[in-house]
Amino acid sequence: MEVMNETVKMSTKDTFLSNFNLLDFSFDEDFSKDIRSAAKNTIEGLEFPTSKVEYWKYTRINKIIKRDYSISAPENKVEIDLSVPSKNCIVLINGFYSEELSFFESEVGVTFSSLSEAKKNSSVLKEKFNSLVKKDEIFAQINSAYHQDGAFMHVEKNVQAEEPYYILNFVDDSNILSNPRNFVFLEQGANVKVVLKTINTANAGSFTNMVSELFIEKNAHFEINKIQNEADDSFQIATEQVVQADDSTFKINTFTLNGAIVRNNLNIDSLGKNTMTYLNGLYPLKGKQHVDNHTYLLHREPNGESHELYKGILGDSSTGVFNGKVFVHREAQKTNAFQSNANIVMTDSATINSKPELEIYADDVKCSHGSTTGQLDEEALFYLRARGLSKDSARAVLVNAFASDVIEQIGVESVKEEIEQYIDDNYQGIK
Amino acid sequence: MQNEDQLLEEVTNSEYKYGFYTEMDSDQAPKGLNEDIIRFISAKKKEPEWLLEYRLNALRIWQTMEEPNWAHLGYPKPDFQDLHYYSAPKPKKQLDSLDEVDPELLETFKKLGISIEEQERLTGVAVDVVVDSVSVATSFKKKLGELGIIFCSFSEAVQEHPELVRKYLGTVVPTTDNFYATLNSAVFTDGSFCYIPKGTKCPMELSTYFRINEANTGQFERTLVVADEGSYVSYLEGCTAPMRDENQLHAAVVELVALDNAEIKYSTIQNWYPGSKEGKGGIYNFVTKRGLCMENSKISWTQVETGSAVTWKYPGCILKGNNSIGEFYSVAVTSNHQQADTGSKMIHLGKNTKSTIISKGISAGQAQNSYRGLVKINKGATNARNFTQCDSLLMGNNCGAHTFPYIEVGNQSSKVEHEATTSKIGEDQIFYCKQRGMDETTAINLIVNGYCKEVLNQLPMEFAVEAQKLLEISLEGSVG
Repeated sequence: MEVMNETVKMSTKDTFLSNFNLLDFSFDEDFSKDIRSAAKNTIEGLEFPTSKVEYWKYTRINKIIKRDYSISAPENKVEIDLSVPSKNCIVLINGFYSEELSFFESEVGVTFSSLSEAKKNSSVLKEKFNSLVKKDEIFAQINSAYHQDGAFMHVEKNVQAEEPYYILNFVDDSNILSNPRNFVFLEQGANVKVVLKTINTANAGSFTNMVSELFIEKNAHFEINKIQNEADDSFQIATEQVVQADDSTFKINTFTLNGAIVRNNLNIDSLGKNTMTYLNGLYPLKGKQHVDNHTYLLHREPNGESHELYKGILGDSSTGVFNGKVFVHREAQKTNAFQSNANIVMTDSATINSKPELEIYADDVKCSHGSTTGQLDEEALFYLRARGLSKDSARAVLVNAFASDVIEQIGVESVKEEIEQYIDDNYQGIK
Repeated sequence: MQNEDQLLEEVTNSEYKYGFYTEMDSDQAPKGLNEDIIRFISAKKKEPEWLLEYRLNALRIWQTMEEPNWAHLGYPKPDFQDLHYYSAPKPKKQLDSLDEVDPELLETFKKLGISIEEQERLTGVAVDVVVDSVSVATSFKKKLGELGIIFCSFSEAVQEHPELVRKYLGTVVPTTDNFYATLNSAVFTDGSFCYIPKGTKCPMELSTYFRINEANTGQFERTLVVADEGSYVSYLEGCTAPMRDENQLHAAVVELVALDNAEIKYSTIQNWYPGSKEGKGGIYNFVTKRGLCMENSKISWTQVETGSAVTWKYPGCILKGNNSIGEFYSVAVTSNHQQADTGSKMIHLGKNTKSTIISKGISAGQAQNSYRGLVKINKGATNARNFTQCDSLLMGNNCGAHTFPYIEVGNQSSKVEHEATTSKIGEDQIFYCKQRGMDETTAINLIVNGYCKEVLNQLPMEFAVEAQKLLEISLEGSVG
């Protein structure tokens, strides 16, 4: 054994990144190139988190990072049925912009385009791009360094968009790392709704690492409906960085329908006075799915109000994680913050880890949180069965009722129907 | 506003009432921590070989550990080599009556308002007095002895009941548990030991008073309470400490064992020196308290925490036996620069196990008060039930109240509820009281008492009165 292999064993991080360093980003604008190289430098000083890191305590990411991914556009022409009830839709496949599938009907005062196009024209993007991304989050930094494209939206002052705007991320090959990158800027008084969907059609181990930066100026209203429909053995880490100015309203509804490991990092910096924030989530899980919702809401100025409602239905041997943190700054008097996490555990092999946190430094506040874990009410089941419903139907009725207060929050009718349909389809036959 | 400010001032200015220092000769180990010190302590206490080995093993483990820093606390880390790990009042011959107790010590207790004679005569409470790690006086021993109840200092138990100590020591809090518990396992000097035999109901409340006395002395108490099958005991622990400027370290370990059908009720009032109003000095209180519940047994923790500069404490229950019950009731008051990171851990292993956590935090001045708790339902703990409520009350705009609950549920038949609120005393509530002729101080006392009532109700009579007094002293008039 004298002659040892001279090559030094590469770290997981280096192996993970090795495929990407040869990628050609020469098409990119200069400011964006600078951001990429800065991100690469930052990544050098970071490591992938282990479960010993509090922030990742309940989610092990070995399965995600110990795979060989490539960043590449789809090989074949993609046949996708786009029945989107909107006139504006951006389609990304494997993180690459698909010009032929995207369609627009421009509305006055709304710029909706691919990120790469916006990089050429938008001064707002140039000024603010990447400014919210955290330096210590390796996945967000990987996105900054290696993203291909994404969606860009800029809504001008007082523009009230009529229809929802769609952003669809398809993953159509196996072993793909896609890094969709979204940027939304709402000027004062603007009002718009967005539907952001990830759909994995390849059904084979891919990893979607999405980052969205959302800027909501004074008195603007923004609603985003995020639907995550990964494949059984694909992964997603989605990071949203949000800043809210005075009197603005922000609402996000997160629906995690499938994926082997899905992690959401939702960070909201409520910088203004009188802000309203709604964070809603629903995770009906099956199989071996693992879904981890992390939310961080910072109230920095007075009179803010926030409502957080996350609900989980845990079947088979799925695992749900909820970690919601509300931070009330000393200046943020008269803050009302309410946080609630409710879970139904369907089987003995399912697990839920819930950690609702409050960190409060102002005294004149009303803050509360609650977390419950239980089962479908036996008496309610009996009541329904006594009225002639089968066991499955009775359960489906109760699951529907449980999920309904999250679904009610959806402001886009077609999304509401889609989620209701999903619940109906999936909770008829449960044991 | 004028009035409020004045009241706030009053409270923050009130000096610690129990700050005095008793002059007594003591017998100290040199500063520092190494094997020699452990051997010194062990030899001093004439301990058997196995206990010395236990300590040395703990020391070796401790030397590889790092001081935890995950708690929501900020304080200068103690220098563990700059402490005396053994300090005992000069050994005295076994006492037959209180007349033989050091008169200065009796004086100390009088100042605290705890007169042993009075307690003996009037309340029927047996008091095992601990001053600086060594028990000095024990009362009611005979009466308890008739029932087969063992209630004595830890060192005495090591000498007289080594088989019991050896059987249960470290079974609930293993040597490797955490930094401070491991340190305690290496250097603990004394504490209390209690054994209730099968089917016995202890006829009186057992209580111990702890005092940290010698300057620069870490206090490492070890308490072990074993309730054999079908027995019942209520144990009280109360603490006050003299005023000192340097931070003093206290790292106690309390282990409770409730065998089948047994019940242990463990109540604590902690009123150690919280430091001056500028945040100077005060006790560091890093305590590991845990109970083990076997079938159908019950352990109930009640605590009123008003003292210490830094508190780090999570009394918990391991609900191992089926149908066992764990309870935790806590009031934690922090004012001035006090910091508390406290809560409870309930580990459900057995079927049909139940736990309740009621935690009330009150934060005033520049204090930081955190609730940190864990409720873990294992897969096999079917039909487990937990209810957790943790409320925080904020007084003034420079303090903080935080909640960090961990909830882990691993089966479908369990129900877990957690709720927490944070608020201040409503102006409308105060207005209502004032309208009915109360002054602001009385109104606040009334509201705070009502807020804490659920917990105070759990305390034995003698303690409930003392606890109420403490709350009043700590919070008189402080409204934000």
